[in-house]
Amino acid sequence: MEFGPHLMLAALEGAVTAAVLALMAAGLSLVFGVMRVVNVAHGEFYMLGAVLAFVVAGMAGGGAPGFVAALVAVPLIVAALAVAADRAVLRRLSYDPERTIVATIGILYILQQLALMGYGPDARPVAPPFNHRIALPWIDWGAGGPVLTWPWGLSITSYKLFVIGAAATVLAGLWLLMTRTRIGLVMRATQLDRETAQTFGIPVGRVYALVFGLGAGLAALAGVLIVPIQQAHYLMGGDALLLSFIVVIIGGLGSLPGTLIAAVLIGLSDGIISVFFSPTLAKIIATLLVALVLVFRPQGLMGKPAR
Amino acid sequence: MTKTTETGATPADPARRDALRTLAGAGAAAAALPLWARYTHAQSAAPIRVGFQMHATGIGAAYGRWYDRTTQAAARLINETGGINGRPLEIVTEDDGTDPRRGAEVVEKFANQHRVDVAYGTLFSHVVIGSAPRAGELKLPYFVVSEGHHVASGMLNRWTLQPGITDVKSQVLAMAPFVAETLGKKVTMIFPDYAFGHDHRDFFSEAMAAQGGEVIAKIAIPPTETSFTRYFPRIPRETDVIYHVMVGPAVLTFVKEMGEFFGPSRPAIFGFIDSLEAVDLRSPGLEFLEGTYFWEGMPRYVQPGQTDYDRAYRAAIGLDENGASLADPRDVSAYAHMFGCWETLHVIKRGMEAAGYAGPQDRQKLVEAVEVMTEMPESHEHPQGRKLFNGRTHQVFGQQHVSKLENGRLDVVRTVPLEETFYPDEVDYTAQPF
Repeated sequence: MEFGPHLMLAALEGAVTAAVLALMAAGLSLVFGVMRVVNVAHGEFYMLGAVLAFVVAGMAGGGAPGFVAALVAVPLIVAALAVAADRAVLRRLSYDPERTIVATIGILYILQQLALMGYGPDARPVAPPFNHRIALPWIDWGAGGPVLTWPWGLSITSYKLFVIGAAATVLAGLWLLMTRTRIGLVMRATQLDRETAQTFGIPVGRVYALVFGLGAGLAALAGVLIVPIQQAHYLMGGDALLLSFIVVIIGGLGSLPGTLIAAVLIGLSDGIISVFFSPTLAKIIATLLVALVLVFRPQGLMGKPAR
Repeated sequence: MTKTTETGATPADPARRDALRTLAGAGAAAAALPLWARYTHAQSAAPIRVGFQMHATGIGAAYGRWYDRTTQAAARLINETGGINGRPLEIVTEDDGTDPRRGAEVVEKFANQHRVDVAYGTLFSHVVIGSAPRAGELKLPYFVVSEGHHVASGMLNRWTLQPGITDVKSQVLAMAPFVAETLGKKVTMIFPDYAFGHDHRDFFSEAMAAQGGEVIAKIAIPPTETSFTRYFPRIPRETDVIYHVMVGPAVLTFVKEMGEFFGPSRPAIFGFIDSLEAVDLRSPGLEFLEGTYFWEGMPRYVQPGQTDYDRAYRAAIGLDENGASLADPRDVSAYAHMFGCWETLHVIKRGMEAAGYAGPQDRQKLVEAVEVMTEMPESHEHPQGRKLFNGRTHQVFGQQHVSKLENGRLDVVRTVPLEETFYPDEVDYTAQPF
């Protein structure tokens, strides 16, 4: 394949990765930003999203209606589960940063093993609601000026474009929720100063439960969106969690725009570097970026320094 | 009693049929007796304990589940027909997490804690390679069902044997003529980047060269990869055939994305069913593979002229004609590989009987008894087909199949006899000390 079309293909693939990553990392970042809880179980909420999408789509009869049912129901189910986990576990630890890490590691293993016991070790697919292969053109500069060509293999599917669009829409919605609504204001107030917020009558406990549920719901949504592209598997949360942490650290913990920028950066670089060099190098560079950010800009690209 | 069936000639032989009927009758009679009565003639009624190293979790879990079901079915049958040397067979299962380090620990646990007689059942090559040295140090016979070339290559030890499943080297030797003659000469290989994939890369390249073909590109993919489109541009345009052998949970994605990459103009495709073991071939996204070819160790879909052995084997495990569970047709088995468990357990039984195995002090005798085995006729013990065991390399040889995927099912288009799967010995384990 020529360099140009190859690069374009890599960038498109990277964009799909970035879209899903941005959704997941936004959830992780939100939970850390508001609750100061490092949620190690976040990847498992993503996995649950994918696994439950398989279950719900199957119950709804498969096809496009099955997928739509999963898209609506699964994030809500996972969010409810997360709220229950918050009430049952995290609240009892008074959101102590160190103990919650250990607790969420526990939740990680419980969810993973329950998925293995209930759903099994197979990777199972969900049919996309629509999936057309779209061959993409490329402009070549021939002797007589620009010529439109259709390079071999340069294509994307309509569903992948939908994933990018859906992720962008949800993130825009999340941003509006955080900046333009009363509930967003309450969340931001809790993020800034928990005790003052409580003094002003904000039900911090309920806000925390809501935020934890919202974060998990975002991860589950990412899982539902990815499952027609990659199959649901009980171990899929591990890599996703690692990449989300990388994105959140680079973007700045608790900063939504930073998370978005970092997700695009990591997604694209992962796509492009692994195409032209090796996937291992892409991971090395991502990890190196994390190290550099931690040393030179610990608050992340867009994060505010700790006061 | 079992000896009778194993020395029979062809399935059509009437004397053999009679022998089978007698065997079935004896089995039923034995099953009707209470447990204590069946084993009273043995010197010890204590069970023979086989440690089953199972990929219950980790990337091998889909295989592990079916290896387990096959193992349990074979053990049940062996116990119903009198056990081993008059003693019941007990399977002691430990999860190795499809992880080499944990695999070695499991072997240790088998030897020191569970006090098993032999260890058995490992599939993934990195786990075998990680565990076998420990089995050798502990002098524990280690029967693997892994199809890697590491046993016959000489890199393991005298205590490690693979008598129930053929190795990658003989499989690709059997496939190369078909690929070169029928599909094309210029091949691009896509394989996982660890020992098992490297076996494919090296031996298939050699075998293709011998057929006058050429591997023009080798694309190694990290085993944990989840997205593949970015690798496909490396496939050269002049490729006639794509050869794929992927394992792990992301294989469906791999196939789907390959379909999306090529669209309507794809080269011929030949794959190892390893890519789609335990996967329903009617899954969404697999339509792209219609008309492509697969290696199968044992045909998943019932073929015309099905043997009684295949029928009995499917019934024992609870499988339908499509190689899926009778309880749930979407629960598809690892049919092309798991016969290895069934056959290996029967080899262990036969070896223990030949060695007069009474306890751990006879472990060396057991290995020696298996080493002198050669011919293993097609039978209830060997439902996949006739086998020939090479005691020097500790590796078994058997027939291989090429199947074509049409209308969502695989049908055999060529069967390569076991004589065409041989290669020169690379090791003589029998010359090594115990």
